[in-house]
Amino acid sequence: MLSISGIDEGYVIDHIQAGRSMDIYKYLKLEKLDCQVAIIKNASSSKMGKKDIIKIQGPMALDLDILGFIDNHITVNVIHGGKIVEKKNLKLPETVTNVIKCKNPRCITSIEQEIPHIFKLTDASTRTYRCIYCEEKFK
Amino acid sequence: MRHLISPLDFSVDETNQLLALAEDIASDPKKYSKVCRGKKLATLFYEPSTRTRLSFEAAMLNLGGSVLGFSSADSSSAAKGESVADTIRVISGYADIAAMRHPKEGAPYVASLHSTIPVINAGDGGHQHPTQTLTDLLTIHSLKGRLDHLTIGLCGDLKFGRTVHSLINALVRYPNIRFVMISPEELRIPTYIRKEVLDDHHIPYEEVESLEDAMPKLDILYMTRVQKERFFNEEDYIRLKDRYILDPAKMKYAREDMLVLHPLPRVNEISVEVDKDPRAAYFKQAQLGVYARMALIMTLLEVGLC
Repeated sequence: MLSISGIDEGYVIDHIQAGRSMDIYKYLKLEKLDCQVAIIKNASSSKMGKKDIIKIQGPMALDLDILGFIDNHITVNVIHGGKIVEKKNLKLPETVTNVIKCKNPRCITSIEQEIPHIFKLTDASTRTYRCIYCEEKFK
Repeated sequence: MRHLISPLDFSVDETNQLLALAEDIASDPKKYSKVCRGKKLATLFYEPSTRTRLSFEAAMLNLGGSVLGFSSADSSSAAKGESVADTIRVISGYADIAAMRHPKEGAPYVASLHSTIPVINAGDGGHQHPTQTLTDLLTIHSLKGRLDHLTIGLCGDLKFGRTVHSLINALVRYPNIRFVMISPEELRIPTYIRKEVLDDHHIPYEEVESLEDAMPKLDILYMTRVQKERFFNEEDYIRLKDRYILDPAKMKYAREDMLVLHPLPRVNEISVEVDKDPRAAYFKQAQLGVYARMALIMTLLEVGLC
């Protein structure tokens, strides 16, 4: 069995749907960090069967909104002094900015590059996000 | 400071107030002929729309104000690559209020985020056209005396027709509204309007293909043009464009007090012989559009209001 040691300071992002850790790596821009990052794919899970885990060693500002948008069932453990000091519950963010792009070719964002791509949660039950400019649904 | 970007930006009460003001203007336009003296309206039209632009200009001139602007992207700084945000920042220093028509959806909303003057969406692609909706509501209210207890027939292109979508959104806020949606299967109302607007508001509606069968039930018949620019495939356009043509023979099925509305321009979906019919209200509708825009300009500029 593969063994990866615990961390003293940082975050453990747990219960990631198997196969989605690289999406999170990309959305959180973890490639830009100098600190140690471990990506564990297809770890066994009693709840999920298989899951992914990301461990980040070192202090950083973690954008929980992005994680909530990707999957609000993910668990974020904050580690301090080698112990879990906080478990953060994720929720669907009201807005997401510059995470996803509007694909509507008739949207103003398709011709003006400087406009931030902002999506608003319009229906939490169906996880529907719409572009704030053209109101196109994100699929 | 307020803008008008979507037809639902105004509450029902605010919409009713605006319509009351527009009806007062219509009854005595002279009373309002100087309320915007010294004020300027900028018409920022990135695509041609003679009718809407002239309606806005007439509205501001009727109020004693003046107008400036451009009528196509080629004759504006957009041709040099200026952003909508920069354009409105500059125009904010030149005018007191702006009306923007843009082929891209959401452009007037972007302008409103950067503007220090009220911005009116004068049509953004296939998205919203709130002053057309105000015009439609004003026409129905002026000629029928109410916006509730109505059966409204919507005929033609219900899939791409933004005026139809906006009108449905606006009317479902009034009690006892029913819709009869008349279109070929290919141009039926989009599912999201059916589910998120009609079903969510528990609005009774039926979808039919025969205009003749629907006519006797209607208080209002709202005709639309099948727009060539919305089709990717010309064959589909040619096949569907003449599906519904309202003529005197079909008008015989209608009630005596039914009204025919159309956002104009029409091509051939209403035969010119129908123009003589007293129930044909579409030219009156265009005239009322000027009063609706006058009321809107006054409301957003907060001038001449009691």
